[in-house]
Amino acid sequence: MIGNRTRTTLEACYLLLMLGFIYLPVVILVLFSFQAGNLPVPPFDGPSLRWYREVFENDRLLDALANSLVVAGASGLAATVLGFLAAYSLSRHRVRFIGAVRFMLIAPVTVSYLIIGMGLLITFNVVGVNKSLWAICLGHTIMNLPLSFAIIFSQMSDSHKDIDAAAHDLGANDLQTILFVAVPMMKAPLFASFFLAATLSWDEFIIAFLLSRFDTTLPVIIFEMLRAGLTPEVNAVGTLVFLISMGLVMAVAAVLVFRKEK
Amino acid sequence: MLAADDASSSRGGLLRNLPIARLALYPALAYSFLFFVVPFLVMFCVSFWQRTRGRMEATWVLDNYTRFFSRDYLVDALYNSAEVTVFTTIISVMIAYPLAYILAFRVPQKWQKLILLTTVLPFWTAYVVRSYSWLLVLADNGIINSALVRVGLVAEPLTLAYTRGATVLGFVHFFTMLLTLTIYSSLIQIPRNFKQAASDLGASPLQTFLHVTLPLSVPGVAVGAFLTFVITIGDYITPQILGGNSEVLIPQAIILQVQRSANFPMAAVMSLVLMVLVTCVYLLFNRHLKMDRL
Repeated sequence: MIGNRTRTTLEACYLLLMLGFIYLPVVILVLFSFQAGNLPVPPFDGPSLRWYREVFENDRLLDALANSLVVAGASGLAATVLGFLAAYSLSRHRVRFIGAVRFMLIAPVTVSYLIIGMGLLITFNVVGVNKSLWAICLGHTIMNLPLSFAIIFSQMSDSHKDIDAAAHDLGANDLQTILFVAVPMMKAPLFASFFLAATLSWDEFIIAFLLSRFDTTLPVIIFEMLRAGLTPEVNAVGTLVFLISMGLVMAVAAVLVFRKEK
Repeated sequence: MLAADDASSSRGGLLRNLPIARLALYPALAYSFLFFVVPFLVMFCVSFWQRTRGRMEATWVLDNYTRFFSRDYLVDALYNSAEVTVFTTIISVMIAYPLAYILAFRVPQKWQKLILLTTVLPFWTAYVVRSYSWLLVLADNGIINSALVRVGLVAEPLTLAYTRGATVLGFVHFFTMLLTLTIYSSLIQIPRNFKQAASDLGASPLQTFLHVTLPLSVPGVAVGAFLTFVITIGDYITPQILGGNSEVLIPQAIILQVQRSANFPMAAVMSLVLMVLVTCVYLLFNRHLKMDRL
């Protein structure tokens, strides 16, 4: 039998140990992004902003950064619009084969990204579509659609239907009802869907890797940089990528919290 | 109030099926069909095609399938993948369960959310960067080896990076965060008085855990373990960066087919095998997978 005191101590140790395990690589990554020398390994000889300067002078990285932002924005927007329309339709209108329809919309989430990427790569190859940023956008949209749909659909309630009807009675046409009534009611889930989809697209590697050639996104460029071995430049760009991801996640959290307070 | 609700809902039902509401479903359906169902069907067809002199020929033969299962290195890749995935899943659950348990029952309530958030935060370090960070820790001149050599525990750096252990470690790091989240959320749903009742009825703490807490937390474990399995077995980055050339897992074998020889029919066969494997595991777990309960 161990005493209560000992038990609490052991549990606190385990907690700290796990936090250490979880944060170890992140701390090392950030620390050695400030390395002055050529290798991101001990001894630490910084702090220096040398490698951040290198990143901002590296056109390939900057292009990839811009590409990543464009792909994340475009596929996030596309998935949110498609997801919203589908959710709107299913919540307002009785659909036959609703089970099959929902399955179809959710199905892409049940297979690995690798499979989605391979399917698109082979299909584009057979049909004769070239690898490009657009191909990545198409792939990321199908990857994010289930999530966007699920987030938005879960937030639609029956009362929305009556509000639609009221708008109609007051003389709004269909398009006006969607744009000025249905969309504003769903502001929070729409933002959450957009930022979450953008975050996933921003991080995604394998689909981008398979569907692009020269013009590509940041994770693919970082992966290619790794072939040259360890360099603090990857630490610097990795730290920046982490910060942007955090920013996007915070945006989702902020939207959800804001919603609760209302 | 009730009457008003009834009136409006019956009118809403009778009234309009806005045509636009009916049509709004189709863009997403068409998109899913075009970019998910069609690619899957194409991949299925191409898996029967043949590659001759660098070109694909539309044939209907099972050659690719028989070749897959007769090549040792491809079957090995499948076997390696299964092993790494099973190790990863078991180790992650064993590490994450106590963490989730401590968080749910031992940490004061007001701190729980904050610590949980802190625990899952690095989940959002980009995938490629996360694996790379472990390389910094495990490399011959990395943190661990530098420390060991300086202290004098070892004369030569240990080989930690580019091994199966490194791959599993990278995965376990990632999924510990995920599993902590899913297990925690099923643990806090267990009513506290269940445990009280068990001990009032004379159960020891261990019995309470084995017969009350553990069974009730199975949904969280199952969902987390399933996600771990699916993502691990389909991941290319972690074994590629951390495992190096120590062994080939199935996603690496697929990418090799595409990059080295543009052998799409073979890559299609391997992707389908991977998909069938995942489906089987899904059916196996199906009974416990109540995703919406979390």
